Amino acid sequence: MKVGVVTFPGTLDDRDAARAVRFAGAQAISLWHEDADLHGVDAVILPGGFSYGDYLRCGAISRFAPVMQSIIKRANEGMPLLGICNGFQVLCEAHLLPGALTRNHELHFLCRDQKISIENTTSAWTSSYSQGQEIVIPLKNGEGSFQCDDQTLAALENEGRIIARYVGENPNGSRNLIAGITNERGNVVGLMPHPEHAIDTLTGPTADGLGFFTSLLHSMVGK
Amino acid sequence: MAKIVVDVMLKPEILDPQGTAVGAALPRLGFTFAKSVRQGKRFEIEIDGDATAEQLAQVEKAAETLLANPVIETFTVRVEK
Amino acid sequence: MALDTVAAATTSPDTKQPFRELGLKEDEYARIREILGRRPTSSELAMYSVMWSEHCSYKSSKVHLKQFGDKAVKTDALLVGIGENAGVVDVGQGYAVTFKIESHNHPSFIEPYQGAATGVGGIVRDILTMGARPIAVMDPLRFGPAEAADTRRVLPGVIAGVGGYGNCLGLPNIGGEVTFDETYAGNPLVNALCIGVMKHSDIKLAKAAGAGNLVVLYGAKTGGDGIGGVSVLASETFGASGPAKRPSVQVGDPFVEKVLIECSLEIFAEDLVVGIQDLGGAGLSCATSELASGGTGGMSVELDRVPLRDPSLSPEEILMSESQERMCAIVEPKNIERFLEICKKWDVTATVIGEVTTGDRLEITWHGELIVDVPPRTVAHEGPVYQRPFAEPAYIKQVNSEKVDVPLPTNAAEIKAAVLKLAGTPNLADKSWVTSQYDKYVQGNTIQAQPDDSGMVRVDESTHLGVAVSTDANANWSYLNPYEGVRLALAEAARNIATAGAVPLAVSNCLNFGSPEDPGVMWQFAETVRGLADGCLEMGLPVTGGNVSFYNQTGSTAILPTPVIAVLGVIDDVRTRTPMSFDRAGLDLYLLGDTGEDFAGSEWAFIHGIRGGQSPQLDLQAAMRLNTLLVAGRTEKIFTAAHDLSQGGLSAALTEMVLRHGIGATVKLKNAAVDLLSETPGRVIVAIDPSKKDVLLTQATKAKISCAHIGTSGGDSLTINDSVIPLPELSKAHTETFPRLFG
Repeated sequence: MKVGVVTFPGTLDDRDAARAVRFAGAQAISLWHEDADLHGVDAVILPGGFSYGDYLRCGAISRFAPVMQSIIKRANEGMPLLGICNGFQVLCEAHLLPGALTRNHELHFLCRDQKISIENTTSAWTSSYSQGQEIVIPLKNGEGSFQCDDQTLAALENEGRIIARYVGENPNGSRNLIAGITNERGNVVGLMPHPEHAIDTLTGPTADGLGFFTSLLHSMVGK
Repeated sequence: MAKIVVDVMLKPEILDPQGTAVGAALPRLGFTFAKSVRQGKRFEIEIDGDATAEQLAQVEKAAETLLANPVIETFTVRVEK
Repeated sequence: MALDTVAAATTSPDTKQPFRELGLKEDEYARIREILGRRPTSSELAMYSVMWSEHCSYKSSKVHLKQFGDKAVKTDALLVGIGENAGVVDVGQGYAVTFKIESHNHPSFIEPYQGAATGVGGIVRDILTMGARPIAVMDPLRFGPAEAADTRRVLPGVIAGVGGYGNCLGLPNIGGEVTFDETYAGNPLVNALCIGVMKHSDIKLAKAAGAGNLVVLYGAKTGGDGIGGVSVLASETFGASGPAKRPSVQVGDPFVEKVLIECSLEIFAEDLVVGIQDLGGAGLSCATSELASGGTGGMSVELDRVPLRDPSLSPEEILMSESQERMCAIVEPKNIERFLEICKKWDVTATVIGEVTTGDRLEITWHGELIVDVPPRTVAHEGPVYQRPFAEPAYIKQVNSEKVDVPLPTNAAEIKAAVLKLAGTPNLADKSWVTSQYDKYVQGNTIQAQPDDSGMVRVDESTHLGVAVSTDANANWSYLNPYEGVRLALAEAARNIATAGAVPLAVSNCLNFGSPEDPGVMWQFAETVRGLADGCLEMGLPVTGGNVSFYNQTGSTAILPTPVIAVLGVIDDVRTRTPMSFDRAGLDLYLLGDTGEDFAGSEWAFIHGIRGGQSPQLDLQAAMRLNTLLVAGRTEKIFTAAHDLSQGGLSAALTEMVLRHGIGATVKLKNAAVDLLSETPGRVIVAIDPSKKDVLLTQATKAKISCAHIGTSGGDSLTINDSVIPLPELSKAHTETFPRLFG
């Protein structure tokens, strides 16, 4: 199983996402932003970082990259796509997911071990978890406040498209404590916290994040 | 030569923590005139000659596609001499 | 204003030049004329003035810093020593680690965010230029009083700047310090450390060798950042053009540096450079003169080829610009195409601006006219060397004779109150408000970060080889006894490495002092360098490089001497490291090392306004034996946890240990007040499984380190004799300080 990990100028967590893919037992393929060829990957991860220095808006410039055109096409055909942090921001800017990520309500960049609950276990990236399972993975960003209009919020809630919610105090002001969402089809997932930094307890607070990557293998094996 | 200015602001219903922080800082410096403050972005685009209607329409499209995120922002376009 | 060329200088020897405004003395100006055999051009004058400044030439410190070389221990581990951009040590398995600490103090007082941000940017480029991938940063910071209004201006900006730049570069912040003292009001200290890793074969040096090789400037375009005094030369061109156009503060763009890092590493991987230098203080003047000096001695540069952000810059300004995120590489002609191709891939501006020549001069032209023709070594390495007068200041004898009459708690309630007070005092309080603004996870190799005793990163994913770094300083002790104070800081930094079970390997230092023109300050500096050199020799640790920051003073009041010592250590398997604290009940707690009545310079004395006394005496041999014991505690699996005692003594150490995982402790102390509050150096608390008691006592006896059983882990409070402090209460005292102060 081949998972593409995209590198934009300024991407930071690409090597960590690739490591998580390998830990889960799949092959990580590096995808350069200028290259529209997806090299036969079965799924794609848009990792965290500060692509284009967060110029203009986070992810606003990355979404127009040549690689994104191919990714959007494949995603609309059902290819599993995970956007982590900056990746989530790119997905929203590209309109593959609704809403937008804005500045943390307390303005500071915040890095903490964050408890979240997994609310949707049917998506391609969360099937390894049990409904309502609480996990702890790092949250680290300055623009993680998920915003959308009331109509979108209602749709997300009613259709069960909230992937994960923050447990406890709202760390950034996100509406309804939303930490991650999915599209209608369940193949595109955007997540603010970083599962790739919780794949073993040597370097992370827990190994709870590995489930996002193993879910992919399970969901692909079924096909 | 003309200058087209695009002003981008967060929609009123979106929380603007930066504007709030600025609003809180003003009185600390002795400025008590502000009821509220919201922070936005301004783009200055220089073009040759005068701005035609077609050019302005193009700028509007650019603003909608790139300069602003219509999910959370609104914008205005005007010509500055 | 007409261009001041070499030809013009030759024919107008009597032109008045503003050398004083540029910071040069009469005799230095005369020396430049002697070196060149004529008056310097304005560009040459600018170059000499900035390269011969204290900041770039180390003219006041050189004679003392020599000791690091003279007293250097012979070690194969040192691959690159003092003199290059950063020192490099062998850590085994073919890996080399480079690290360095630097200061960016004055800019951070003026513009806290950008001052701190560009401080991080600068030290990271020093590491990159050695051929290494930067893998972590640390930030020892010192501010004025915690409650002061100006601290509330400076601190949040500095933290945001360190985080803003470091996070965007993708470098985990693995530790640092935040210390408050009125001595730093008006003179905050922002020191930044960076670590990089590479294979031995990747090491790059700053030399321009091989006539015909090309000089390539790449990275950000050049603007008017940080020009400052050089505007004097260009002032005639401004005439009546209104407010100052030349900013004195550098503004950084971490995104540009991030792509610069990735671009450079790809270039290094393909072995495309012969030599490389980053552009820091004194920008192009420094890079060209140092590269030329490091090589065969000759270089020619066409200054008009430098890509500019601001087309109105004069040649003098271009030479002095401190625009960030720029590097200068020496590339063989056969490799230039590939070099430029990689730059294009990353959208990094790259321009060939000159070439290495067969002569021994640095020649710079502007649109074909020669404006600089100098022997590069005279600019970069043969600057003035001052023998600043130094003398023991009067305060020393006076302050050393002062009695340290600290009030001591006498009953259980007072003991509890003292522990809570120290837990919440700004210098010892929980620093999460600060550290949560830093990414500690990026790169996925962070093993230890704040609040652990040292930062630790894994270097190899399959063998689990790792390195640990700690920074320490104790200005209170340095003030009382500069020679002893720095040795105590050195011992503490090394001990912080050893507590996790890593072996100390090398030292870097950032020496923050007042004005070298003050003989008392100069004496503090001389004693400090002497102490550090002696200490490093005795410990067998080479000094790989460092930084001196003088003139940290307001008016005639210098800061307390603040030498910050960084020690790097290596650990063969990070999975076996000894953690800082215990995560279960039933472990036995032992205190290694003797406790005396050492209150002079302690935090307890500080909060009572008592600053005098005599610094503790360091038994360096005992400290080294303790470090050996600590490493054995890991390799022989004796210790379950180990935590170093430093500021705040046993009280702070116990507080930190019980709050780390929320497991309490019951402790019995014979002389609680002294045992808890004294800051005798050379002590560590260890937690062991009861079954390890005999092996611990045997090892401790062998190492001639005293070892006393003081308690056990468990419960939901910290109990010291009859004082019971519930963990929630202790936690509240410890964690509410920073949010209360800084929002």
